[in-house]
Amino acid sequence: MKSIFRLLSIMIIAASLSSCGYNSMVEKREAVSREWANVESAYQRRADLVPNLVNTVKGQANFEQQTLTQVIEARAKATSVQVDASKLSEEDIQKFQAAQDELKGSLSRLLVTVEQYPDLKANQGFMELQAQLEGTENRINTERNRFNESVNDYNAYIAQFPAVLTAKMFGFTPKGYFHAEAGSEKAPTVKF
Amino acid sequence: MISAKDSHSSWSMRAAIRGGWLMMCFVALLLLSGPTYAQDIKLPDRPDPPRLVNDYAGVLSAGDADALETRLDQYEKETSTQIAVVIITTLDGADRAQYATELMHEWGIGQKDKDNGVLLLIAKEDRTMFLGTGRGVEGALPDAICKRITEYTIKPKFKEGDYIGGINAGIDDIEASLKGEFKNDEPQDNGSSFSIGWIILAIIIVIILFSIWGGGNNGRTYSGTGSSLPWFLLGALSGGGGSRDGDSWGGGGGFGGFGGGDSGGGGAGSSW
Repeated sequence: MKSIFRLLSIMIIAASLSSCGYNSMVEKREAVSREWANVESAYQRRADLVPNLVNTVKGQANFEQQTLTQVIEARAKATSVQVDASKLSEEDIQKFQAAQDELKGSLSRLLVTVEQYPDLKANQGFMELQAQLEGTENRINTERNRFNESVNDYNAYIAQFPAVLTAKMFGFTPKGYFHAEAGSEKAPTVKF
Repeated sequence: MISAKDSHSSWSMRAAIRGGWLMMCFVALLLLSGPTYAQDIKLPDRPDPPRLVNDYAGVLSAGDADALETRLDQYEKETSTQIAVVIITTLDGADRAQYATELMHEWGIGQKDKDNGVLLLIAKEDRTMFLGTGRGVEGALPDAICKRITEYTIKPKFKEGDYIGGINAGIDDIEASLKGEFKNDEPQDNGSSFSIGWIILAIIIVIILFSIWGGGNNGRTYSGTGSSLPWFLLGALSGGGGSRDGDSWGGGGGFGGFGGGDSGGGGAGSSW
């Protein structure tokens, strides 16, 4: 008889945990982490592309050194900012985004400068590198949007009643979003 | 009398509260399951019946579009790779790469486990195109190769107004790049293998039934009825196999629908 009661109470606790959204919360949190990994690899892809770009441009006689140095510095800075993937707090993400946006800015300045070098612009290797860079920006946008979606899903879930009680009890905290940069929602577009 | 009535009303109140609570939970569930993400870009609906070639701008002649559809459908049957061609009038100010990525995501171009979708998006009035790649084909079709295809293969033809020529030449290049990359592991409507499977199954069942009957009857007296039932079953089963065949042929053998593949934003585009 006792064991039946114990079994029953375990079943009730298990049922109430799932009805209070604990399991869904874990699932949604995992979805956020997964998306974060995609975001990081998209940014990493851009960072990996920068040395190629710099080398190609360097090969061009008397290329403006200042823009190049800025790109290299911004890259070093962007890759040094690490985010704790288990927390993903608003503050961490803002810092990460600020560093990455600086690299993005310096890269677009570099591409504008290239316009003054017709030889470089007409170079097929350079054109393909630009295509890769564009593709990388698009991947970053895509992954950022999907990350925001999953965070939105998770944050909305843990803030609702009765899940909010479970969230408070088990320490599920809201995650941060990426914010669109003022005036630069689009990837730097390069016209040919 | 009064106290009994009171207790009854308090009971029904409790029931009402419980009912209300359950309703609240249910409503919350409905709210949560609804889409929380608002689409910025207005995308065309997934075609029904499914098609790989979708010309919303009326650029291709019906004959060209059908020939292209047959070609791409055949390619999908061989390789499981889904190459879709979508022609729209205008992007309406949207970014071509973002539009293509969203479209691949929404329609699910490519197989779910392989993400081997390719989308050639053409915006006629914007005079721009984007060759989008699913995550699974990014290795064989990196952005640089996509750029080469749109810039050097397709663009010159489009400049002359030769849309179908440009599209076909582009697909030649795509297929060349993807050569040997994917193969179709599960041929979908191979009618003959289906019916062979059914016949084998029927024979096995018949053998089992025979052995049961043979063991149970233990004599020759009922052998007449014993054999007639399994033969009847065999007939029914092979008949079932036949009708299954009929269904799969009845589908027309055309494109079976998008597989749920996804894109992470790969690809490149050109304007002409």
